[in-house]
Amino acid sequence: MTDEKFEFTGDLKKKTIIFLIVGIVAVVLGIILINTGGHHGEEHAAEHAVEAAGHAEAGGDHGGHGAVWLTRVKANLWINNVFFAGLALIGVFFVAIQYVAQAGWSASIKRVAEPYGYWLPVAGGLMLILFFWAGHDIFHWTHDYLYNEFLEDGSPNPDYDPIIAGKTWYLSLPFFLGRMIVFFAVWFLMFLAIRKQSLLEDIHGGDQYWRKMVKLSAIFIVIFAVSSSMAAWDWVMSIDTHWFSTMFGWYVFASWWVAGLASITLLILFLKDRGYLKMVNSNHLHDMGKFIWAFSIFWTYIWFSQFLLIYYANIPEESVYFVERLTSDHYKPIFYVNLILNFVLPFLLLMTRDAKRHAIFLKLVCIIIIFGHWLDFYLMVTPGVMKENGGFGFLELGMLLVFASAFTYVLFTQLAKTPLVARNHPMMEESMHHHI
Amino acid sequence: METGKNYLVGIYEDENTLVNAIKQVRQSGIKIHEVFTPYPIHGLEDVLGYRRSRLPIAAFLFGLTGTTLALTMMFYMMGIDWPMNIGGKNYTPLPTFIPVTFEMTVLLSAFGMVGTFFVVSNLKPYGKPKIFDIRSTDDKHVMAIDLANNYLSREEISSILNQSGASEVNTRNFD
Repeated sequence: MTDEKFEFTGDLKKKTIIFLIVGIVAVVLGIILINTGGHHGEEHAAEHAVEAAGHAEAGGDHGGHGAVWLTRVKANLWINNVFFAGLALIGVFFVAIQYVAQAGWSASIKRVAEPYGYWLPVAGGLMLILFFWAGHDIFHWTHDYLYNEFLEDGSPNPDYDPIIAGKTWYLSLPFFLGRMIVFFAVWFLMFLAIRKQSLLEDIHGGDQYWRKMVKLSAIFIVIFAVSSSMAAWDWVMSIDTHWFSTMFGWYVFASWWVAGLASITLLILFLKDRGYLKMVNSNHLHDMGKFIWAFSIFWTYIWFSQFLLIYYANIPEESVYFVERLTSDHYKPIFYVNLILNFVLPFLLLMTRDAKRHAIFLKLVCIIIIFGHWLDFYLMVTPGVMKENGGFGFLELGMLLVFASAFTYVLFTQLAKTPLVARNHPMMEESMHHHI
Repeated sequence: METGKNYLVGIYEDENTLVNAIKQVRQSGIKIHEVFTPYPIHGLEDVLGYRRSRLPIAAFLFGLTGTTLALTMMFYMMGIDWPMNIGGKNYTPLPTFIPVTFEMTVLLSAFGMVGTFFVVSNLKPYGKPKIFDIRSTDDKHVMAIDLANNYLSREEISSILNQSGASEVNTRNFD
């Protein structure tokens, strides 16, 4: 077995940076288009938004909301940061799952998923900075005036919100920030611990490292189960502060998980196209394809379980979430496109065995799914932050490109540091002969 | 000349001998009717040159039938035959139909697959399964060759089977 190493060549670096610059240019172009008011529908929305913002200021809004374009930039930064933080986390989770299941087939591809974890500190730092800079625009509950029943002179506070005030213990700033920091710290430290064993195994061999990794992975999965759910409430669900759904933790996890699987598969295919990972054959790809197909259905199942109960019970404080998304001219098409991209297309395109075994189909579906679930996060965050002023244009796509290239850059840098194949993995032999 | 279908049955002691024997027998131009083993042997279909099963296609079509049937049933009942006002929703609310549609799809697809498998494997009711050697459910690997399908004579095939490592070669006749 060769100690093949991925080389993050200058050419590849250049391409990644070009994508990053294109993304930044698109973001700037998007901002300019919003402010000049172009000829498209979305710019009309922006004009309305400016008016609406004007009204809000005239009405003496305490929040001190900035310009609409700025709020949109903040919302987009938040969407992408949560999405890519999730992808990084899923990389670690994928490796952990393989160890806890004591899987042999994935021994040859687990190194591809490992470096995902190195994005976690970047995402955590960005999230803290973003929260301090954009928190008031994204999270309604961060405003202090909501919590006092009476003003200082003893008269009733017109802005007092008893529902939000009732959530003070959970949505208090120290607890919220504490959770955010603890989650990222624990995730990253657990990842480093697993990674360390994996690299030690490369040098010394023997199965004691594998056994340690099984233990660490089991601990990680327990922590992940609780923390990923709470992270979903904190970073996404608390945007619609009055609204809640008991499915939400699962919903966000399912979205992250299937997008993460798609991105790992895409990375494997990319590496194979460049001549690496020769021992990974169509049988391994078939298994990844099954993963993606099955979890696309799982996401749909979770999504629908949340939707059906709210639709059927039709209780106003619950259904408001879908009313916001289904009565708006802007969000309604995206709502249906989301379902088509994340369920209908993967379901039909990846159904047959041949589709899962051929790179071209897999690549197509992986790209559809990654974009689709990014759109899913867009749909979770934007209506709550932007209300009717949301838009979709160069700004959104540019920001996705910026984050995707930065993520790829970090990923490739770390991928190039270690051999692509964990040569002393005790189940490497099984993985080489994997045949289904 | 015996009436009915005549088979030559080779008995093999272990899977390696069997797999090698299959290769040898097929190389000498003999068509194998079927092979029976006490446990699944990985890669046996490839050695036998079987095409992939078309059961998934059948499953998809059965599933599609279930979807159509469930949706037609509910739209007819709730929309045409006996419309009912439930919770102020319209008479045919698609989202509430989805769980039933899903269940019907899974049910028909599962039943259809099992049924198809039974028919194809000759396990249908009143069907008489051909048992070439009962020991294939215990510890022997059994290879059956349809004499009518092969141009070689019984003696020639028999000697090839013996050469390929069969511990015994028997004849079976089904009416």
